[in-house]
Amino acid sequence: MTAQLPALQILLPMLASALCVLLRSPAGAWLCFTLATWASFAVSVLLVLATRSGAILSYEMGGWEPPFGIELRIDALNAFVLLIVSGMAAVMAPFARSSVLAEIEQTRVYLFYALVLLCLTGLLGISITGDAFNLFVFLEISSLSSYAIIAMGPNRRALLAAFQYLIMGTVGGTFILIGIGLMYMLTGTLNMADLAERLPAMADSRTEKAALGFIVVGASIKLALFPLHAWLPNAYAYAPSLVSALLAATATKVAAYVLIRFIYTVFLPERAFDGLMLSELMMALAAIAMIAGSVVAIFQHNVKLLLAWSSIAQIGYIVLGAALVTTAGLAATTLHLLNHAVAKGCLFLALGVIVWKTGGARLSDLAGLGRTLPWVGAAFVIGALSLIGVPFTGGFITKWYLLVAVAEQELWLLAGAVVLSSLLSIIYMGRVIETLYFRAPSQGTTRSEPVPVLMLSSVWLLALLNVAIGSYSEPFAAIARTAAGQLLGGTP
Amino acid sequence: MQTFLGLYNFWVVIVLMMIGFYIVIAHDNLVKKIIGLNIFQTAVFILYISAGKIQGGTAPILGEPGAVYSHPLPHVLILTAIVVGVATTALGLALIVRIHEAYGSNEEDDLLVLDRREDSP
Repeated sequence: MTAQLPALQILLPMLASALCVLLRSPAGAWLCFTLATWASFAVSVLLVLATRSGAILSYEMGGWEPPFGIELRIDALNAFVLLIVSGMAAVMAPFARSSVLAEIEQTRVYLFYALVLLCLTGLLGISITGDAFNLFVFLEISSLSSYAIIAMGPNRRALLAAFQYLIMGTVGGTFILIGIGLMYMLTGTLNMADLAERLPAMADSRTEKAALGFIVVGASIKLALFPLHAWLPNAYAYAPSLVSALLAATATKVAAYVLIRFIYTVFLPERAFDGLMLSELMMALAAIAMIAGSVVAIFQHNVKLLLAWSSIAQIGYIVLGAALVTTAGLAATTLHLLNHAVAKGCLFLALGVIVWKTGGARLSDLAGLGRTLPWVGAAFVIGALSLIGVPFTGGFITKWYLLVAVAEQELWLLAGAVVLSSLLSIIYMGRVIETLYFRAPSQGTTRSEPVPVLMLSSVWLLALLNVAIGSYSEPFAAIARTAAGQLLGGTP
Repeated sequence: MQTFLGLYNFWVVIVLMMIGFYIVIAHDNLVKKIIGLNIFQTAVFILYISAGKIQGGTAPILGEPGAVYSHPLPHVLILTAIVVGVATTALGLALIVRIHEAYGSNEEDDLLVLDRREDSP
């Protein structure tokens, strides 16, 4: 049974997606979605337990021996990303029920769930596969389905946002395809571990450098690393609430994983960072993203847009850790994948409840809601504190690890950028919290029925998770250190 | 001269890629952007297919033993990429239809003006 776990991880959401289409009823599709995400979460927990001590699982898809067949390869980092993706989907499933019914047309609800499951299949597939071309295919599965679910947003702007994402996402995906093609021409293999063994013989070839360049740019588009972030704010702001929360918590994390996996496992850091100034470039872009994203977030009136710009700043932290090329930096990045997912997921879900209640996400819609919806307000505050990095929240843990890693290298300017970005996040989060608690409630029409318990349970589960990780981070930190060690120790 | 003619496949790839990329960036019409994207992707298809070509090779079909044939794997890979390209085009065109229904235009400039007008009052 356990031998088949890697295959189940992708198959569960994929088959559930087809089942949703057959079921057709909104309630049936939701139940199918919930059960599939929970089962997939259980599988990823088992995978984490199997790999956390540094073991590597390899699964031969269809019984074809690697490097000829497709290999699923799971080390500590893969398992951790799988845990984040499936965990976020599992936590958000109860929230989905009322939110989706309120925002999506009745007749399209089952299609919506089918697409969300397909998107999850793609994201899990990217994280689990050990084959470079297979990664591209899963990338396109997740991208195509996410364009479609973003376009299902209630406002017509969702359509244009999805279209712009489609254009940029396809260019990004095609860049990755070119990079993989160039590597294949050099080595004749597509298996990542095999590529890592064969590429050093081609170390001086310009083709290899070009391949690395194409993949880094392609992954950076998907990751929305400054200055390739243009698609992200509108896509997150106008998508349905569930999609904003889910994509903000998982999609960019998986793109970050792709970047790290290619640089560290396939190209090996000593060659990837040598002679191309890649490390310096990534650090500079990360620092600009941290500050520019935060500054733009301060001036937003739509809270969904504000959170989206804050995501661009947070991606800066993730890339910064990866650019340091040290165990401490990579561990900070790995931890931040989790902590940002939990904090941003919590904020977007709390906002989703407010959208469900008031029908809007502008600052004026939030006025005074902290008093009328105390539980939602409190969860939002916890998420905000974690995003800022206050002690006893997950955000503090990663900022601490990141600052230690930056200080280790004596890069004081970057340490200053991290602190400045945190201070700026106090300003934009403070604005939202001030509106939530200290403004007179607006006279707009709100739903009269109370907030469903299922919705609140998702929001609070994430809020408590923020505090739990902040108070007791050791199990996750240990996995992050193992993952960082494996990445720097050559091929996993 | 030798490298220029010897690698002319790759020159075609680069030229096509740049033409496609330019259309995506420069044109406001959403349908033209999709056409540009298609040209851009086609360039990558040629890049892969060129890699599998062997001088004097035939199609990779099981026949007489010892025959020289082209490398079949790039063909298979690009078949998958073509499917992805078709799906992307279909989704893009479907979105354009919906955008035209919602805004009454498929020129990006007009759409942005309409969005801004909605914001101002």
